[in-house]
Amino acid sequence: MDDLVLQTITRILMPFIQVYGIFVIVNGHLSPGGGFAGGTILGASVILYALTFNVGAAEDLYPDDLAEAVESSSVLIFVLVGLFAILMGANFLTNIGIFPSPETGTLFTGGFVTPLTLAIGVKVASTVITLFTHLFGEKKP
Amino acid sequence: MLRQIAATILILLLGTVLLYMTSEMPRFGDPGNPSNNELSARYTDEVIEDVNVPNIVTAIITDYRAYDTLGEATVLFAGIVAVLTVLAAHSDVGRGTKKDG
Repeated sequence: MDDLVLQTITRILMPFIQVYGIFVIVNGHLSPGGGFAGGTILGASVILYALTFNVGAAEDLYPDDLAEAVESSSVLIFVLVGLFAILMGANFLTNIGIFPSPETGTLFTGGFVTPLTLAIGVKVASTVITLFTHLFGEKKP
Repeated sequence: MLRQIAATILILLLGTVLLYMTSEMPRFGDPGNPSNNELSARYTDEVIEDVNVPNIVTAIITDYRAYDTLGEATVLFAGIVAVLTVLAAHSDVGRGTKKDG
């Protein structure tokens, strides 16, 4: 779609949407939201970009190679966090307090909740973007 | 015509049965409901002690039921692998076919 107003507004809005998505992911253990919600917001910003410009531009922004790496590594992080608990002498995926500050409600609390939320958020964003660009856009052979 | 009449009667019968079953359901928000058992009370009362996180939903997703979330992440992974395999296979022909050299 070649609309100057739409493209300008999208350029202005995209960083704000992305910062909000990152905020929802990072504060997932403190405020409403979390990995799934924040990842969807992050992915929606790139979907907005794809709808405003074209799907090819969004694919240049988020190529398949990067998607493969992100998808694989976020599941791997999830499993490694679980195995780290075994290394510390607990069961698989047991929550271990890895942050020293015990004060409830601050950012660095919750043990494994924070890294797991981060992994989920990145993965959901990647999945949403990749599904959209491949199902919506027709690639030239 | 006969099929339509039969289908309408069948749907009305089914709707009556379903509505009758709805009237047997427990009242919404009743504290004595079977869903309001000791499990949810355990979550709401001791989440700070267990996880030290004020967001109970995130605590349940990534701590109490982390196995379930690992499965969800695997489902997303499997889905994206399927999409990339089927839809992105034609876009870069030759990239993954250099194995025979």
